[in-house]
Order: sequence, then C-alpha cells, then structure tokens
Amino acid sequence: MVPGRAKAAALPETCATATAAGPLQPVRAVKLVPLPLYWSHVVNETGNIVPDHFNEMFADGQVRPPYARLEDWVAAMPAELRSLKQTEAEALFRRIGITFAVYGEGGDPDRLIPFCMFPRVFSNSEWRRLERGIRQRARALNAFLVDVYGRGEILRAGLIPAALVHRNAAFEKAAVGFVPPRGVFSHVVGVDLVRTGPDEFFVLEDNCRTPSGVSYMLENREIMMRMFPALFRENRIEPVDHYPSALRRTLASVAPAKCDRDPTIVILTPGHFNSAYYEHSFLADLMGVELVEGQDLFVEGEYVWMRTTEGPKRVDVIYRRIDDAYLDPLCFRPDSMLGVPGLMDVYRSGGVTIASAPGAGVADDKAIYTFVPEMIRFYLGEEPILKNVPTWQCGKADDLKYVLERLPELVVKEVHGSGGYGMLVGPAATAEQVAAFRDRIVANPGNYIAQPTLALSTCPTFVEQGIAPRHVDLRPYCLVGERVELVPGGLTRVALKEGCLVVNSSQGGGVKDTWVLAE
Amino acid sequence: MLSRTADNLYWIARYMERAETAARLLEVGARIALLPDDGHGYRSEWDSVLRASGTADGFARKYGDPVQRNIESYLFLDRDNPSSVASCVTAARENARIVRTGLTTQVWDALNSGFQEMRELERSPRSELDLGRLVDWTRRQTAMVRGAIDATQLRNDGYDFLNIGHYLERADSTARLLDVKYYVLLPRADFVGSGLDNYQWSTLLRALSAHRAFHWAYGGEVTAAKIAHFLILNPQSPRSLLAAVQGLNAHLDRLARGYGRSTPAQTRARALLGELAETRVEDVFEEGLHDFLTRFIREVAGIGALVHEAYLSGDVR
Amino acid sequence: MILTVEHVTTYRYDLPVRGVVQSHRLTPSVFDGQRTLRWEISVSDGIHGGGFRDGAGDWVQTCSVLGPVDQIEVRVSGEVETQDLAGVLRGHRELVPPLAYLRDTIPTHPDIALTELGRQAVAGAQDPLDRAHRLSSAVAGAIAYTPGSTDAHTSAAEALALGQGVCQDHAHALIAAARSQGMPARYVSGYLHATEEDDLHEAAHAWAEIFVDGLGWVGFDPANRCCPDARYIRLGSGYDAQDAAPIRGTARGGGAEHLDVDVAVKAAQQ
Repeated sequence: MVPGRAKAAALPETCATATAAGPLQPVRAVKLVPLPLYWSHVVNETGNIVPDHFNEMFADGQVRPPYARLEDWVAAMPAELRSLKQTEAEALFRRIGITFAVYGEGGDPDRLIPFCMFPRVFSNSEWRRLERGIRQRARALNAFLVDVYGRGEILRAGLIPAALVHRNAAFEKAAVGFVPPRGVFSHVVGVDLVRTGPDEFFVLEDNCRTPSGVSYMLENREIMMRMFPALFRENRIEPVDHYPSALRRTLASVAPAKCDRDPTIVILTPGHFNSAYYEHSFLADLMGVELVEGQDLFVEGEYVWMRTTEGPKRVDVIYRRIDDAYLDPLCFRPDSMLGVPGLMDVYRSGGVTIASAPGAGVADDKAIYTFVPEMIRFYLGEEPILKNVPTWQCGKADDLKYVLERLPELVVKEVHGSGGYGMLVGPAATAEQVAAFRDRIVANPGNYIAQPTLALSTCPTFVEQGIAPRHVDLRPYCLVGERVELVPGGLTRVALKEGCLVVNSSQGGGVKDTWVLAE
Repeated sequence: MLSRTADNLYWIARYMERAETAARLLEVGARIALLPDDGHGYRSEWDSVLRASGTADGFARKYGDPVQRNIESYLFLDRDNPSSVASCVTAARENARIVRTGLTTQVWDALNSGFQEMRELERSPRSELDLGRLVDWTRRQTAMVRGAIDATQLRNDGYDFLNIGHYLERADSTARLLDVKYYVLLPRADFVGSGLDNYQWSTLLRALSAHRAFHWAYGGEVTAAKIAHFLILNPQSPRSLLAAVQGLNAHLDRLARGYGRSTPAQTRARALLGELAETRVEDVFEEGLHDFLTRFIREVAGIGALVHEAYLSGDVR
Repeated sequence: MILTVEHVTTYRYDLPVRGVVQSHRLTPSVFDGQRTLRWEISVSDGIHGGGFRDGAGDWVQTCSVLGPVDQIEVRVSGEVETQDLAGVLRGHRELVPPLAYLRDTIPTHPDIALTELGRQAVAGAQDPLDRAHRLSSAVAGAIAYTPGSTDAHTSAAEALALGQGVCQDHAHALIAAARSQGMPARYVSGYLHATEEDDLHEAAHAWAEIFVDGLGWVGFDPANRCCPDARYIRLGSGYDAQDAAPIRGTARGGGAEHLDVDVAVKAAQQ
C-alpha cells in the first residue's frame, strides 16, 4: 500500500477528480492545529506535525513583512464582527449583481461566488519581478502567433514541431496570412500562476483568448475599500481601478488602419444567458462602450455596423467574448446564431479589429505551453523570468510510459480542457479513479499532458472555525496593444475546502482581493 | 443608443404596466361578481374580464369554463399566459437584467426584489393567496418601479424609451378596462342608466384607484358620461387616454429633438392627440363606446409598430 | 484552351428578405495552369464589400444587399485561358501549411469503411503520387456517378455506404480516404467544360486536391476518373464543400429560399 494514497483517498470527493497542483510529494490533508493560529501544518502518519506548503503570511515563525499590518487587523476583529462583515460583503455582491453560473451544470444562475475578506498581499519587489515575467511572456506569445500565421520561422528552426501547431484544433486556417494591427493577436493575456516558495513562481497555463474573472479583481477591491477603509489608509496599496480605461486605451490603439477617427469599441457577448454575462456588462459599463450581441451588428460594404436608435453606427474594434467557431457563420460554424455573418471578411480586409484575434487560441494550447520558454529565447533573445511547470506530453511514447508509471503522483489534464474539468489529481484520487483515467489516457494519449503535483502556497483564509491556511493561485491580466502593461493586482482564487488544491470557481473555489504594496 | 437596449427599456415599462393591468382587471371582475347575478348579464362577468384582456382564447383552451378561481390563477400566476402578472414581472426583470448597467440601482432593486417576491408567492400554498393580497402586492410593486424610474433615471433617450413603453401600454390598458363594461352589458340597452350600470361604472373607478379623484373633479351623481369623460378625455386624470397620449407625445417629441429628426411615429402620435383633444364625450357615445375603444386600441398598436420600426428594430437608416 | 463562363445564381424568397450578406469565392485562382482574360461578378442591388486574397490563395469578396428584396441574382461572366498541367497546382501562391488540411470535418470524417478503402488503395503503392492516384481510382470505383442519389448534406461515409453520389461526394470521399492515410487533402470548387462526346455534364464542378511531397498540391477528379486539365477552371479550396463554397450567404427573413443555378462553360473559337 502506498502511504500517501491512503491518506489522499480520505479527501472529499469533490477534490479527487478535479484539478490543480500539489506538492512534489503526495498531497496530504492539511490539519489546522490549535496553537499558532492560521499556521500551515500537516499531520503525518505517525501524528507528528510537519510544516508543509509555503504560507505566504508566515515563514520561520515570523509574519512576512507584506502581511505585517494585517496581523493587528485580524486580532482586532472578533468572530461576531467578522461574521457581520461577511454578511455585509455578500449583501454588497448581491446588490451589485455579481453572480456566477457554472457552464453546463444548470443550477441557480444567481449563485454568488464565495468572497474571502482576508487579502492576499505581494510586496512591491515581488510584484515587479512577476510583472516583468508576465510582460515578457505576453510579448513572446504574440510574437509566436504572428510567426505561425506568417512565415513560421520558429517551426523552420525546428524549435517546435510543425505538426503540433498546424494540426492543432485551435490553429485557424482563416487567420493565415493576415497580420492584425500592431501585430497583436492576444490583447488580454491571462497568465495563471502558482507559488511554491518565497521566490518560486510557476506558470500553470496561459490564456490568450478571453481570460475571464477581471470583474472580480475590480469588485473585490471595491468591496474591501468600502468595508475596511482603515486598511487602505494603513497599507499603501497600488490601485487597480484604472483597468477598464487601460483596456479601452489598449483596444483603441489597435483600431484598423482604415479608421481615421476616435475608434468605436464594442464588447461582443454571447448573450444574457451566458454565465459570464455579468462581467461583460460590467466591463462595458466601466469602459463606456456598448455591450452588443451578434444580432446588434451587421456587415455592409467594407465595414461592420451596429444597430442603434439613430441608425447604423460603424464599429472599429470588437472585444469579443465568444469563441472563434461562433464568430461568423459564413466562415466558421454555419449554425452559429451568436456571430455576425461576413465579419471575418471585413476583418481580413482590414475593416475591423477583433480582439482577441481569431486563431489566438493556438498559443495557449496546453501542448504548446511547454514551448513558451523556447519562444521567449527565440523571439526576444531573453531568458524566461517565470518558470514553466515540467510537463509530459502523453502523445510522446517515452512521456506516456513515464506518466502511466507514476499516475498516482501526477496531475493530468486534457490538452483543450479548462475550468478544472476532465482532470486527474493523482495524489487525491482513489485507485478506481486513477484506473479509470488511465484507460482514458491510453485510449487517446495525444489528448493529455501530465505535470508533477506542486506544493501550492497557502494564504490565511476565513473559514467557519476561524482562520486557516488555504491554497491559492493568481491570475493577473496583461494588456497588449501599443504598450504592454498590467495593473498591479489580479484575481486570487482560493480553494475553500481544507487541503483542497482546486481553486476553480466552477469547483467551489472562492476569490480574494489581491494587494500589491506601493514602495 | 443600441436599438436592442432601447427595446429592453421599452419592454420593462410595458411589462410592468401590463402586470398592473392584469391585477386591476382581476379587481374589476371580483367587484362586479359581488353583485347579485339576476341572470340579466350578457355573460358571466368573469368572461368579460377575459375578453377585455384579450386572453379569453388562451384561457378557454386551458381551463374551459370561466370559474373565478381559475381566472385568478390564469391572470396572476399562470406562466402559460404571457400577460399574467407572474409572466410580466419575470419578463420585465429579465429585460432589466440584460440592460442592468443602463438602470440605476434603485430601479434594478425594485424590479429584482419584485421578481424574488413573486417567486416566494409562487411557492406559497394557493389557498393563502387571496385576490386582495395579490392585487395589492402588484400595485405596490409597479408603483415602486415607476417611482424609482421617475426619481433616479438619467433623463436621456433611455428614459424616453421607458416612458414611451409606459404610456403606450397605459393607453392600451385603460381602453381595455373601459371595454369590460361593454362586454358585461352588451345586449341589454335598457340597463343603461340603471343602478346596476352605475354600480359597474364606479367599480371601474375603484379598480383604477380613481374613485376619489373622480369625485374631486366632478362631484355629484356618477354618470356614464362623466366617467367616460374622466377616463378618456380629462387630461387631469392620470390614467385617461388623453393623458397617456399626451405623455407618449411628450417623450416622442423629446426623442425627435434629441436625435434631430422626426419619424412617422411622431406624426401618427400627434394626429391621435389632435383627434382626442377635439373629441367630446357625446362623440364617443355616438360612435359607440366599444367601437371607439376598439379603434383607439388599434391606433395605439399602430403607433407601437411605428416606434418599433423607427427605433427598436435597428433597421432604421 | 480558352474557356468562357456564364454562371447565374438566382435566389428567390417567398417573403422579402433584408440584410443579405454573401462571401464570394468566385474568382479564378492564379497559377500557371490558368490566366484570366476577363472576369466580372455582379450582384443585383449589391454593395461591394472588402475583398482580399486569403491564406489559401483564394480571392474572397464580400457583397451585401440592403433589401427588402425577394430575388437576388449573382451573375458571373468571364473568359479564362487554361493549360493542362496534369493536375499539378504549379505556381499557386499560398501560405496555409499542408498539415492544416489533415483536419477532420463532419462531411469528410473517415469512418471504418473509408479508412479501410484508403488502406487497401495505398497498399503496394510506389510513391506518394502513386498513392494519390490509387486513392482516386478506388473512390471512383466505389461510388458510381448517379445524379440525384445524394443531397448537399450527404457525408462521405454515407455516399460510400450508398455506393452512389455526385462530384461533391466523390471529392469528400477522396479527401476522407486520403486524410485517413495521413495525406493532406482538400476540396476544390470550379468549373468544367464538358464536350458533346463526354458522358458527364457538370459545368459547376468540384474535385479534390491531395498534397504530394515533392510536387505540392495535385488535383484529382474521381467523378471523371482523371486529373484536372485544360477543361477545368479552379476557383477556390477548403476543408470540405461548405468551406470551399463559391457563395456562402445569409439573409434575414421568414420565408423559404429557392435556388436556381445556370452554368454554361464553352470553348471559345480559337
């Protein structure tokens, strides 16, 4: 019997088949011990307490400097006040209308995403390094996209297998030979990061299409400022509320060459039944642009127009939140009711900019992910600042053999999966689940990649019993247009269940406000 | 503004007004039904309510004979009836959710909490839902939404579309409520002017919450002519056809000024206003109340179609 | 050879439609085998939109009609000088990598029978070109040319099971069989000049191209058991019939649409 497995099997069911990363050793249940409050510990087989995951607030028995002022804040908040504040926060969220529905699960479309009031904090120097790494990555990913839809130099150089790109389902034939304005395909790059130590950050995946969740970054901050104004006086926290105007500026900077005036920008949503509709309308409102559905736009002559009460109005930049396949029934899926007939023709003849550009998805594919460090060296001539998680391609015979031998230790993901579905967290899975997943991998190896389970850092989190460490990840949003910039902050997702490594909101995760301290 | 957004705003207001109409129709029916039925009525009072609301066919298909309890359910709770209070409150809230950021928090709160309370009501045992409670609840909800709109919405074109929807629906609704009288008493001309006749007229006033206002304005005996004048031609009466058409014109004109161009909707609305302003109550009775109202309802629908074509369809050039 | 084309497509609508948008792939390809002498496309009440050459080398042109209209006529008239290159698409400028044409689509999905057909066909072949020829012959032998036996939505697998089809089915089946054997393949739409003595009279025609290492793209017409020659005019390509369609369009309206296509391809007096 494998010791780690027996422990892991006792974890809640919901974790077992889900997602994410864990320690290099098998994950064990993290037990909260009474003495040092919100201190991360693991009780091992013999009942001894061993420190485990990196705790972002405490290290070596000390409060780490970025969190220094939060200790008093927590101490001065008795349970009753905290519960009062929590209720207040939830009321605010409901009032604003932030709700979240899980794709394909039905259920209550008005469900709230759980919000934890304990902030996640980065020092200024920690952030500057992350920022450089993220911007570097966003530039390389865009250079890659321009290249593979053009001359394909990186493929000719033999650094990435051509078949991996050209046979990729996300490689868009219709995007070949067209360079979008300023050579930008992905205008908002969401880089998912996890931390395993004071200076150890890993990129879990890149999101080059339409990374969601930025509304939570903005709302979490708004609500924290309303509820705890004193915290913002005591700590000097970099603001994030200029994100909508930065996004607007980014999109305006990639207007087509044909546009000779202040560009008209719109956000294209699949509609009000979509689970992310709130975010779409929220962004449109803060950016001061129209939120449109496909039916609100039409193609006539060389341009795309919007139906308004005063007649047709020309549209120059479309920030779309729908997939490539649904953009234009005359180019992609003919049964799409969400898109705009003829849109791709206008796009390719330079009449409108689509952000992200059709075809951008080939850069955030999980099989391509492995090669991002190569891209950084090839296009930028720089060494990668952020590390990739070592990844095995099950499509390769050697890798597959390795993965199948060590399945109970690894995290296995579908190449095109997202949202924490279709994944195996080996250390947290039962023997049956591992066996079932093995069959799926063997049946279609090319569809899977595997990674070691990382020891995700924890951040103090309000839970029923008080405060306890919970695993977190981070998604900052990098804007790419005339400039490459990101606001100091992002979305911190937290796994609310004890010991659980699943942070996806679709799997019961929550969110936190993310602070970057000013210098 | 996006045509679809204008359409959503327009329908928020229409649906809320329509919900109120359904509730008021129920009240009229209930009050008339309290009278001893000596078998002289044209048909059951309840049937007349269904006919006036334009839902008689849908009801007959589902329930058959008009029994009060079924009619209450149909006009209030039934989702199969697109004009029921439940359907209208839901539709108004869904339209609002789509244009959430175009509404103030107060307006959204009013619509959203109304919707949530509606779901509570639907979960209550039917036996606990007496008519009075349902009607009161609806009146309160629609007044809250209307008040929030008036008090907080920005006075831009969106405000005009909300109001155009509101006044078009109100014009239609008052005309339909008036028409209930016609269906109740149709074949018996000798009833005109009788005690029963007057009782029915004043019931109508009560259902429109206009009983006291009427006495303020006219005093003395309740007569058909006075009531018809009050509900059709008196610009002081907030539910009168004339007041609704005036409101409609005011907002269509504001829109035309703001956009710098007029459309056939303005022309036709102005023509209707001109006609109503010239009309005397004797003219209405000469034409026949029912015929007059039928023509009016058709005219209002025509203006609705022109508003759709000119602003909401997105096909305008 | 100089070929003249008169191609009229008429859409009739039971109820008037608005906002018609069409994407046209109606202009002859540019390669060594054909030279356009004259070419005109006109659309009744049409507004010309943006035109561009796409990554596959096709000229794509957008056209919109405001409406309401109850009829739209797309008229193509032109003259092309062709020469026989034995099917080889020589001198055609394109950027889409051949590997992209290994993608599965619904009409070209290789089921077990198509994969088996492909496997048997290539067994014992000398080289890639030989394999392509054998695949084309196998498809021609397995599906009899039978007008009216299939419709626009018939898949390659269905046509093979039926053993009957038209040029679209032949092309789909050949594409599916070739891809199942790892050879990139694509659908080509165009025109064919059929002479009196030919059995086949499909002026609006379709065939397949297979990517042959060393030669590049080579056309195969299983329906006529040959490779495209001077009688063929090539318009554009795609994954399948829909992706390569000369006209893709939509209209807003409630009524049914009726389509009439009239094509005449003649050899000009030399």
